[in-house]
Formats: sequence, C-alpha cells, structure tokens
Amino acid sequence: MSIEVHHIRKQFGSFTALDDVSLDFPSGELVALLGPSGCGKTTLLRIIAGLEQADSGRVILEGSDASATHVRERQVGFVFQHYALFRHMSVFDNVAFGLRVKPRAERPSEDAIRRKVTDLLKLVQLDWLADRFPSQLSGGQRQRIALARALAVEPRVLLLDEPFGALDAKVRKELRRWLRKLHDELHITSIFVTHDQEEALEVADRVVVMNRGQVEQIGSPEAVWHAPATPFVYSFLGSVNRFHGHADAGALQIDAQRIAHDADEPLAAGAEVIAFARPHELDIDTDLSVLEGLRARVTRIQAFGLTARIELERNDLEDTVHHHEVELPLDRLVALQLSVGREVRLTPSRLKVFAEPAANLAA
Amino acid sequence: MATLAHKPFRVLPGFRLTLGYTLLYLSLLVLIPLSAVFIKTASGGWEHFWNSISSPRVLASFGLSFGASLAAAAINSVFGLLLAWSLVRYRFPGRKLVDSLVDLPFALPTAVAGIALTAIYAPKGWIGSLAASHDIRIAFTPWGVLIALIFIGLPFVVRTVQPVLEDLEVELEEAAASLGAARWQIFRHVIFPTLLPALLTGFALAFARAVGEYGSVIFIAGNIPLVSEIAPLMIVTKLEQFDYAGATSIAAVMLVVSFVLLLIINSLQAWSARRIGRSA
Repeated sequence: MSIEVHHIRKQFGSFTALDDVSLDFPSGELVALLGPSGCGKTTLLRIIAGLEQADSGRVILEGSDASATHVRERQVGFVFQHYALFRHMSVFDNVAFGLRVKPRAERPSEDAIRRKVTDLLKLVQLDWLADRFPSQLSGGQRQRIALARALAVEPRVLLLDEPFGALDAKVRKELRRWLRKLHDELHITSIFVTHDQEEALEVADRVVVMNRGQVEQIGSPEAVWHAPATPFVYSFLGSVNRFHGHADAGALQIDAQRIAHDADEPLAAGAEVIAFARPHELDIDTDLSVLEGLRARVTRIQAFGLTARIELERNDLEDTVHHHEVELPLDRLVALQLSVGREVRLTPSRLKVFAEPAANLAA
Repeated sequence: MATLAHKPFRVLPGFRLTLGYTLLYLSLLVLIPLSAVFIKTASGGWEHFWNSISSPRVLASFGLSFGASLAAAAINSVFGLLLAWSLVRYRFPGRKLVDSLVDLPFALPTAVAGIALTAIYAPKGWIGSLAASHDIRIAFTPWGVLIALIFIGLPFVVRTVQPVLEDLEVELEEAAASLGAARWQIFRHVIFPTLLPALLTGFALAFARAVGEYGSVIFIAGNIPLVSEIAPLMIVTKLEQFDYAGATSIAAVMLVVSFVLLLIINSLQAWSARRIGRSA
C-alpha cells in the first residue's frame, strides 16, 4: 500500500520539527528515513502512524486521506525503539493482543488466534519462546516479538522507529539482514527511521535523507552515496574532505592555491563555493615543484587493512588548521615513501563543488 | 580455600551482622510486645477468653472494624487511583497544592481529624444538616466510621500508585492503540495490570491503618453499643474496667485476623508483581 504525505508542518513550541515535507512512498518498498537526531524523522513517522497530529498537511494512505483517522483505525504496524512489550503478558499473549482487542464481530476464534500467533512466532523464529515473559528475553528477541505483534493485525504499512537503536553492534547487524529478508518475503510497505547511515544504506530500497525538518535527498542507497545532492548529504554520509574557496574558471581557488574540479553547472567567477572529496578521491603527490594541488603535512599513517589511511593537516592563510584524510592503495603508499611530517600536495581525482549559500555556512 | 568452598561467596559483607540486627530489632519492637498480648490473654484462661470475644457487643465491633476497614480501603483504592491519575497525567493550576494536600491525613493528629469530621457531618454541621434534611444520618452511625476511615487511609493508595504511574511508558499505550485497542481496553489490559501490585500494596496499607485507627473514629462514631462501636474502643472499655485479660483477648483476635488478611493481600500482591516480571 502506498503512503503519501503532502506539505506536512509540525511545530513544537518555537522549534520547527517538520517544515513543509512532501514525500511519496510507493507500495511494497522498504524506505529509510535517515538523518541526525532532531531532524524530524521520528516526528514524520509518528505523524504517518497517527500518534502525532501535524499542524498542517495531509497523510494519504492508499489514495484516501487518513489525516483525521485515529491511530486505532489506521491499520499501521508500529515498532518502537524500546520494544514497548507488555511486561505482564507472555510472548504469546503479546502477539495475540491485537487480535484479542478486535470487536467481537471481527475477532477470530481462539483456535484461529492460536494458529496465527504460532505462525507469526515461527516467522520471527521464536516459536519456542511462546510461554516466556518479555523480561526473560534478550533485546534482539524482544524486538522480533514486537515485530510479530505489529504484524499480527495485518497492518497495511509497517513503521519502525529506530528499531535496532537499543541493541549492540553484532545483534544490530544480524537483525537488519533478517529484516531485509523478512521484507523480501512479505513485501509490506515499510518505513524505518534511523540515524545510522550504514543501516539505512544496507537495508533500504530507498533512502530519504532529512535535515532540520526538510528533505535533503531521496534516492537509492547507491545514488545518495555516490551522488549526494547537497553539502549536508555529502558530509552526513561517510567521511569526507571539505574545502572552502572561490570558483575560478574550472578550478577551485583556495588562498593562493588551485585545484581542478568538474562542476556540473558553471559557477560565477569569484563565487564562494564549498567542495567535497571522499578520502579515496584524493591522491598524494610528493613532487612540490608543481603548483596544482593543496600543500599539506602528513600527521599520521595507518597502514593496515586493504587501504592505507593517511591523516594530514593544512594551514590556510589565517592559520586555521584543516584536517584531511586520504585513502591510498598500500602499494601506492610504499611507492610514495611517505613519512609523518612530510610536506605533500593533495590532488583530488574527483571534486564535487557546491555554491555556498549563506545558510550552509553555519552548518 | 577449604573454608571458601563451603561458605557461599557474597559481594556485600556483613550478612550475619545485618540479619542479627534485623532480628533483634524486630524482636524488641514487634515480636516481644506482641507476644505479651498472647501471654496476658492466656493468663485469663480459655473460658474468660471465649466469653470476652463472643459477647454480642464485641462481635458487633469486630464486624464493624473489619467490615468498615475493608470497605474504606476498597473505596480508597478506586478514588486514590483516580486522584493519582489526575496528579500524574494532567497539568492544572494548583496541582502542587493538591499533591501536598494528599499527605495531610498523615500529618494531622487523629483527634483533630475526628473533631473536624464530626463538626461537619454531625446533624448540625454543614454536610450533616444537608443530609439530615433528606433523613440521612452520617455522624454517630457506621457511615460516620466509614468516612473517618476513608479520610485517614486516603494517602496510602495515592502514594503507592503515583510513582508507578509516573514510570509507566507512554509507548505502551501507543503500542496498544496502534494495535487497535480502544481506550478502555488499553486501561483494562495494559495500564491496570501494571498498576495492580502497587494498588494492592496501597490497599493493604490503608486497610491496616484503618483497622488500628482509634482517635479519628471515636468522635464521629458516637459509640452506640451494637451499632457504632469499633473493636479498639472495646479494648479501651475493657481496660477501663481493669479487665486486662479481656482487653488482650480482643487484641489477640484482631492481631490474628489482621495478620491473616495482610498475608493474603501481600501474597496477592507478590503474585501480581511476579506476573508483570518485577521479580522474575
């Protein structure tokens, strides 16, 4: 089932949680809402669920306006970060809850409930825990039970609020693979909120990157990773080198130094710009007689793993220190014969340049 | 090593000392005085004991004391829960004031409470005169006893339920709502079972307090034989007649009945607490 939100605004006192957000979640997709804390992603999820009311805007579920529908009637499955299992009920009763509170006319027979709950517990691979109480389960097991409970009422959409946020790293990894697999079996339209970029990129069909109550970019994990649309997305996803400077005919002028870039659209000469390059998109050159590139000093070399990580420092004219990070193949590192303290030139193989609006200066 | 092997290892030291202290303290303050009640009772002989507790006046006072105490504790459970709910869930002007008013029955000397209640509920008092115009008498009847016991038991339920309500995660209610539960179903199946252990504790405390209450009751009760005499009053009456064995006989019965009732309530409480996974 498809979900659309139109022009959603939400204000908490003087804080704007959502500022005119419009999104379209196609049927059957698993979408991640990704962003730093306070970006409005959880608020948006709760508005879609009906747990929160938007100040203005509409929520459309399967083509019909659900803005005024109570959470009870929206038929959404909601999974909370801290599980929200009913402690006084066994695992079985937790999963059966949604079926047992149905009006008498719609309520399945106790036999049918038993079959359904057993099936769901099998689906989450925890049927052997049916008689336990939530306090006797591990965090990962609790979250799987919470998911089974949400699925019991056959929701039209599944909404997950930081579902793996309270789990340790190993269980997180396991569970997100499992969630992906489960989604491939059920094909229920799902939205999950996370601040963990790795989680979003690994699990989701599409990623919505949010910042300060607005949508920064929507796209496949590959698209947001390889072609970030805004400076925010660039700096939020993965580690990145950031350069401030002025545009100058196909090159970036930083203080008295120049580096070439490949801007998509022409930039006004002399305009303030901000440029990004990922660590693997920077190269190091030890030949200081060439002018192209940025002078920097090696501060640390980590030569383990598949690539070597080199940390560098660069001083600008105002004596502010900028930190940079370069990833090089190990053989390249050996060929360069780098050592800590050495002066080198940084030359980007790829440099993404954005005109710098005033708002981004603060970011 | 040899000694460590058969002595269970404990992280905190002083187990023997604290246990010994606890037992000594309890013995000096609770067990020895209470056992004196039974020893004194025994000194009067079986027949005197039986005669003391089976006279109609005493039986009526037992009925009133335990009946009114249970009723008062039950009423306090309902309204104490309501009060705690409003104090925790809503923000209204004067909330802090109401919150501290709840403790007043704790602090007030019971005789003051008794006099105040009598003044209001007596046939010439504000509420008493209103009731009297409808031919209802409150003071000097068992109803008066009930009102006094409700008054002094009020803080117990509020104060035991309040912290549990405050800790109740809103997410539980949201989860239940998203699963399609109506408001009353959320209360019945999610909130109430979580509150039940605290509610039972509050009930037990309010009941225990009400059974032993004397000062606030004797003024409003009017102490009419067979109608509005409470068991503690019967004990005092016997004492005034220098019938010590008779007084302790009544006291012994009250002790045993109270103990049994509290034991039942506490096991109920422990059972419901286990169900919500507190001690599991």
